[in-house]
Amino acid sequence: MKVSEIAEILNAEIVAGKELADMEINSACGSDMMSDVLAYFKDQGILLTGLVNPQVVRTAEMMDIKCIAFVRGKRPDGTLTDLAEERGIVVMLTDETMFTACGLLYSNGLTEAGRHE
Amino acid sequence: MNKRLHYVIDGDDFTSAGQASGDVKKVLKTLGVPSEIVRKASIAMYEGEINMVIHADGGVIDVDIMPDRIVMALKDSGPGIPNVEEAMQAGFSTAPDTIRNLGFGAGMGLPNMKKYTDSMEIDTKVGVGTTITMTVKIV
Repeated sequence: MKVSEIAEILNAEIVAGKELADMEINSACGSDMMSDVLAYFKDQGILLTGLVNPQVVRTAEMMDIKCIAFVRGKRPDGTLTDLAEERGIVVMLTDETMFTACGLLYSNGLTEAGRHE
Repeated sequence: MNKRLHYVIDGDDFTSAGQASGDVKKVLKTLGVPSEIVRKASIAMYEGEINMVIHADGGVIDVDIMPDRIVMALKDSGPGIPNVEEAMQAGFSTAPDTIRNLGFGAGMGLPNMKKYTDSMEIDTKVGVGTTITMTVKIV
């Protein structure tokens, strides 16, 4: 599924990495706890989160996650989006809740990111 | 491709925590280290770097990149770990709520560091500090 399709499904606005709209995303994970993202997910898809601070981008960077969707209408500041731009990570914003955003993507064919044992 | 990197980690700046790990990741990629190895090493170092900021008011990190392995030594002068066995249990955490609100402090840091590396040694003394040495094999 392309980044642009994900943005359309979530009715999301892309605020960083607009040039990467054609990038393919094959899996997703949703968490507000970066510790858990670092512990359990092994694929490099999209991270859905309601946590807004630059460590979300750092976590994505370390994990090779290519796209972050901020749910529940959370709006990051310029520091975060600049960091994401520098790292080639897409940032999109949606008003959907975590549950609904995950449900929408799942029902449209996006699967869970692989789990570490 | 022997290379040594040295970083001073600022304990007061949570926003820039992870900068050193990001830099190491870039260097490893540039050196052509396989991406799964790069990922493991940078996640482990990032967890360590975050721990230094949360618990120890910063510290220093030395990274030695050798043809067959990456060795990361993280040294702080923080409070030390009173019970290493307990700290190694997934879910055990002494991080305050302020840190949990930032998405960390789930008690996964040390277990993750062990999981993503081939070896990890913890040398710690209460009131003196902690040195953690992690090795990730390249071949």
